[in-house]
Amino acid sequence: MSIKIALVGNPNSGKTTLFNELTGSNQYVGNWPGVTVEKKTGKVRNCPQDIQVTDLPGIYSLSTYSLEEVIAREYIESTEAELIVNIVDASNLERNLFLSLQLLEVGKPMVIALNMMDVLEHRGDHLDVAKLQKELGVPVIPIVAAKGVGIDDLVNAILSHDRSVAPFKEIYNPTILKLVKHLEKELKVETSSKMHALRFIDEGPSAIDGHKHEPIQMAVLNEEVDRQLQDYPLDRDMIISDEKYQYITAITKKVFVKNVDAKVSLSRRIDEVVTHRVLAIPIFLLIMYGVFMTAFGPIGGTVKSAFEYLINDIIIANIASFLINVGVSEGLYSLIVDGMLGGVGSVLGFLPEIAVLFLMLSILEDSGYMSRAAFIMDRMLRRFGLSGKSFIPMILGFGCTVPALMATRTLENERDRRLTMMITPFMSCGARFPIYAVMAAAFFAADQALVVYSMYVLGIAVAMLSGLFLKRYVTKGRVSNFIMELPEYRMPTLRNLFMHTWERVKGFLIKAGTVLLFASMVIWFMSTYDFSFRMVEDSSLSIIGSLGKAIAPIFSPLGFGEWKASMALIVGFVAKEAVVSTMGVLYGVGDVLVSNPDALTTPLQAVFTPLSAYAFMAFALLYTPCIAAVVTLRREMASLKWTLIAIGYQTAVAWVVAFAIYQGGLLIGLR
Amino acid sequence: MTLKEILPGQRCIIEGVGKKSTLRKRIIDMGLTMGTEVMVRKFAPMGDPIEITVRGYELTLRLQEAAEIFVRRLADEH
Repeated sequence: MSIKIALVGNPNSGKTTLFNELTGSNQYVGNWPGVTVEKKTGKVRNCPQDIQVTDLPGIYSLSTYSLEEVIAREYIESTEAELIVNIVDASNLERNLFLSLQLLEVGKPMVIALNMMDVLEHRGDHLDVAKLQKELGVPVIPIVAAKGVGIDDLVNAILSHDRSVAPFKEIYNPTILKLVKHLEKELKVETSSKMHALRFIDEGPSAIDGHKHEPIQMAVLNEEVDRQLQDYPLDRDMIISDEKYQYITAITKKVFVKNVDAKVSLSRRIDEVVTHRVLAIPIFLLIMYGVFMTAFGPIGGTVKSAFEYLINDIIIANIASFLINVGVSEGLYSLIVDGMLGGVGSVLGFLPEIAVLFLMLSILEDSGYMSRAAFIMDRMLRRFGLSGKSFIPMILGFGCTVPALMATRTLENERDRRLTMMITPFMSCGARFPIYAVMAAAFFAADQALVVYSMYVLGIAVAMLSGLFLKRYVTKGRVSNFIMELPEYRMPTLRNLFMHTWERVKGFLIKAGTVLLFASMVIWFMSTYDFSFRMVEDSSLSIIGSLGKAIAPIFSPLGFGEWKASMALIVGFVAKEAVVSTMGVLYGVGDVLVSNPDALTTPLQAVFTPLSAYAFMAFALLYTPCIAAVVTLRREMASLKWTLIAIGYQTAVAWVVAFAIYQGGLLIGLR
Repeated sequence: MTLKEILPGQRCIIEGVGKKSTLRKRIIDMGLTMGTEVMVRKFAPMGDPIEITVRGYELTLRLQEAAEIFVRRLADEH
């Protein structure tokens, strides 16, 4: 017998940590609102019975403002969810209980997991769990998800649950209760009838969308509710929430005793400095600088050297000598060494830097700093048509555009969200880094770091200016809101950091082993044979050479109308890493590229000048994101039109900026 | 007066929230209901948004939203 449970709770309540504890799955945990961007399912481990847990996005309320709340509400109210496990942050009891009360009204079997009991203890506060359980009428299990405390108790509570539903709590005043009874009869909704009645009072006829009803009759009923509540001191849409909180205030007084002598918490002391009026921005810039210096500076560099040794001197060298020993044909040797190893290896060499960057981003997320950064930057971002909440996807965009686009779901306002999605791809993702590294090594040997850094700055600048330009078309009209919780700072746990970084690194490796491997083989084939499938000596006569020469004129005004470079950009649509791997294959240096990243220097210097190389980097930074990002964009925007506008805009911007760099540079005498 | 006029370090009691809107619903669902005590903690470096403590947790909102929240200032305890 299996049971399906829905894990529901506020953002930052430790929900995903609990999910990991329950299922042991590699699910990512972060410390800013909206980490769980999709519902994820896992099986409870070490359990005699089959329990399927679905982790839903963190939500504050079942009323629907953001996409995440819509997703969560739909699942909770669906027939699929048989039992609700509501995780409640005991250190933030009042606001968490608001959602609990709403969940109780759904009328499903429920268990409450009371998390962060250690924080409570540390503060010296006291919470009477037994009393709380009695008040709420459902099992309340104290746990510390981060330390795995109480997880067995929780599983037992789920297993031994008799599937009974707690009786409806009559916490509202008599007028409302009478109205609920009346509405239940009139609305005739079969499931969660009391919840629908309350929701009808709250929001009117839209509460029963999706259920059978007579519109005219509902309008009459709606007016009747208006009439009955006209003498009420509060507006109709405020009553239900207000009375829930009145009840919460009352029970909190009964079950919770705050330690009045508690010292100012460390979290608050950190916050006083980090969001200080004067210090906040310097600290912010310092942190950002630190993140990039760690990834692309000495630390990333050290990891990289070790990694390169492993790949080249051990793996590739052994494969190559093995191939020679068994005496494979020249064609096959070329396919494996030049095509496969060369293409993939050229990109793999950059994995260490990208992994360190992912690790740094995970630390920022898990610690709770991201929401502070959103708080600090909101005012500035608003000038550019964005919101403080746009900041989180933008920073994540430095890692990978795909999760960054999904992170925009926390933006409630559809127009804010769309604009953020349009500019997020301008943030230079990890896959683009190899392009700058190779180009900078070839043309700006003296100022490599500065040149690479300037690409990141260029991406941010273009994103901001795009916001300024696009807000008139994309976000005109409605004013957006910015209401966001600032969670307590938390020490990121090594386990979560490792899991998150590994997830991303794994994604990168899988991409290298599949998409890039395949693309490299195709490129090798297309550059070795011509249209009549004859092997050619001169690759410009090959299939890819003919194609490249056809499209090259588009890039001529940008200074890189050479067919190999043009082709590399086209292949880059598959994955941005493929720009470098394609160049490796086409310039015939794939096999040595890993051991010597400067191997591309000579062939590149033959076709690029420093100026055109810079224009090429700018184009590679800004043009359409890779296919995975475009697919995500399409899904998140839910509009083909806007997706096409977005990638069309990005590619046009890339062309114009590269054109301006090259032609402008020529004008002032650069070359 | 509105929450917008409360200075950092000052406390106030919520007496009402603007017009009917999804924003108002959000504000109330986050626990800013009638009679709730709020403390303004600080302004962001650029003067907006603000950070408040309500029901034991920290929330940030813009001045434009704070202007929708009607409050009564509490006298300083000192």
